Amino acid sequence: MSVQQAPVIPPPAGGLPPRSRARRLRSSRGAALRGWAYAAPTALFVLVFFVLPILLVGQMSVSDWPLLAGNRGFNAPDNFRDAVDNRFFWDSVVFTLTYTVIATVLLIGLGLGLALLVQESGRWKGFLRTAILVPSALGLASASLLFYALYSPQSGPISPLLEALGLVEGPVSFLGSPGAALWSTVFLIVWRFAGFYMLLLLVGLQGIPHDVFEAARMDGANRRQTFARITLPLLRPSLALCTIMCVTGSLLAFDQFYILTKGGPDNSTITVVQLIYNVAFQGQNDLGIAAALSFIVLAALVVINVVQFRAMRAPEGK
Amino acid sequence: MTNDRKRSTVTRMTSAAVIGLMALGLAACGTSGSGTSPGADPGPGAGGVEGVDDGTSLTLWTRAPMEQQAKLLVDAYNASHENQVDLTIVPNDDYVAKVGAAAGSGGLPDLFAADIVYVPNWVEQGLFQDLTGRIDELPFKDEINAGHLEAGTYDDAAHVLPFVLDISVLFYNKDLYEQAGLDPEAPPTTLREMAEHAKAVDALGGDVDGTFFGGNCGGCLVFTWFPSVWAAGDEVMANDGTESLLASETAQEVYDIYADLVASDAVGAGTRDETGATWVAPFQEGKVGVMPYPATLLATTDESVDVGVAPIPGPDGGASTFVGGDGIGISKDSESSDQAWHFLSWMMSEDAQVEVLAKNGDVTSRADLADNEYSSQDPRVVTINEVASQGRTPVARNFQQAFNAPTSPWLTLIRNAVFEGGTTVPEDNDEITAVLQQ
Repeated sequence: MSVQQAPVIPPPAGGLPPRSRARRLRSSRGAALRGWAYAAPTALFVLVFFVLPILLVGQMSVSDWPLLAGNRGFNAPDNFRDAVDNRFFWDSVVFTLTYTVIATVLLIGLGLGLALLVQESGRWKGFLRTAILVPSALGLASASLLFYALYSPQSGPISPLLEALGLVEGPVSFLGSPGAALWSTVFLIVWRFAGFYMLLLLVGLQGIPHDVFEAARMDGANRRQTFARITLPLLRPSLALCTIMCVTGSLLAFDQFYILTKGGPDNSTITVVQLIYNVAFQGQNDLGIAAALSFIVLAALVVINVVQFRAMRAPEGK
Repeated sequence: MTNDRKRSTVTRMTSAAVIGLMALGLAACGTSGSGTSPGADPGPGAGGVEGVDDGTSLTLWTRAPMEQQAKLLVDAYNASHENQVDLTIVPNDDYVAKVGAAAGSGGLPDLFAADIVYVPNWVEQGLFQDLTGRIDELPFKDEINAGHLEAGTYDDAAHVLPFVLDISVLFYNKDLYEQAGLDPEAPPTTLREMAEHAKAVDALGGDVDGTFFGGNCGGCLVFTWFPSVWAAGDEVMANDGTESLLASETAQEVYDIYADLVASDAVGAGTRDETGATWVAPFQEGKVGVMPYPATLLATTDESVDVGVAPIPGPDGGASTFVGGDGIGISKDSESSDQAWHFLSWMMSEDAQVEVLAKNGDVTSRADLADNEYSSQDPRVVTINEVASQGRTPVARNFQQAFNAPTSPWLTLIRNAVFEGGTTVPEDNDEITAVLQQ
């Protein structure tokens, strides 16, 4: 709201008058001031909701800080040592990375396939786009609850349906084994997010000028050549955006596993964020160790994202 | 252009990374002031043994499983007193996090209930006010459930009274027993017999199963399986809850009986995956023959099933129960402790225990009121009250982490022993001890 209180200086009509140097200086200082004023609200939000919490978490990560008892003073680096020594730490790292690779490959692949499919004009185009996009309108927690019911061995309809169709013998346990729980969750995520990534890639596809395709066609390129030499390279920025969003989102996965599996069965589906939650609120109740874990995750995310940006940008420099 | 996009995306991504951190940060805001001990109050306080009833608004938190009893108690209190209690029900899984955040920021309600197994830890952390002086004034002090009082006692100071007792008993479906050719008036007296009955009911086929348990729910398993160990005269923990005895011969027998039920497929579909959200549902739907069950659900379950009740036996007989449920105390942050005590002293009175709890078919928290006009009308309630007096409440500071948490070593032990046919019980038991000693 402070935007409205910012000093509004009407832009000088027809550019700067050439004669007065002093005036130009003053006016550029005014512009700088105006710029700061415009940026101030965002800066304030970043400060209050990003920088301060990080500092607080930083303080927690170097303090003995039980959930119920509060700050008991500096104890670094005990929290970081305990965090890495946690008996689920490496399991959760490996599981999170596995899940991220599976989810990213499936989501980007399917998203691209669906985008290409619905881009072609046809009588089903509108229906298809809507059908694929609708799950994205559902919150992730609601979607997880929906699938919890669908997968339920007591009341879920999917297992009896598969049995009735003769596809399986005996009831299917969707969340009963480590592998089944992982793939059942991946299925939910694909159902929920494929439409979203389809939309992002569709925007990218439609941003490619038609004349490029026309030129390729006139040069005698077939469909596969067009896709590999025209579509993919020109879609690069969109693909980069999707990959980075998907990787980051998957590394921070929590809701779906918290609701569907709670880390089970047999502690096989604990993601890093879930480990943070468990340490903070379910048992150990130690905010210091949880904050240390959060910092480790933050550092890993920054590194992974920097690497991704480098990788995505490289060919443009050539 | 590329650079700009890069920077903004990095910011966005980092923001996303920090949303999780923020949740922690907010939860911990202002925690610094909470290390102080609760206001020591050794005396009975203003208003004497009854407390003060002057029209104060009180707040009370409890978790969802106690919703029915909490609502009945609060409604009855509000209807007959000047003080008004505002009840907040919190989902079971979120309760610890909510209380923890409130404890840190000094925002605890006047009164709050806690799962009795968490009470020792929470009392030690100073979340409850000392009630020793007030409780000592109660004329029926010796009749109050000893397990709950003991769980809330730290350094010889009592902090907690029983709010709702939830004990575990065997529930069996009389209709299914009859169909299976079993005597609906002869419940099992040993755990082995229970297994036989379960198999007989399971043989009925269809969507009926012999028995059911929360195979992926540490809290459910503690509540339903510990009694079988106690019934045989054994202990589950030693040394004030710092050593686990769950690899004993008796415990192994209990695991073996359940493992046999799993192997012969007499357990309901989903037993293995049940995380506790719906572990009571199949019996209420009339699909299960016999299983250990929370006694608080007798009234609810009676609406859909013809329920028979029996004590939980050990492998070769005996009877015991897990005296669970919630304890309640006055929080360290309450500024109306005299008024809050008024609610607590009323809650322990005959009016509340008999006319509210017993009338609803619940167990009374006072032994002298166990025989009352309502309990005598229903022989099942008599059974429940009798077994309650033989029950136990395990006390351990790290109970949540060792048994209730989804990542608990107890759950690992059970799953290895019952579903994997495993031989790792001694090692898994050592892991429980390790967590108990942390």
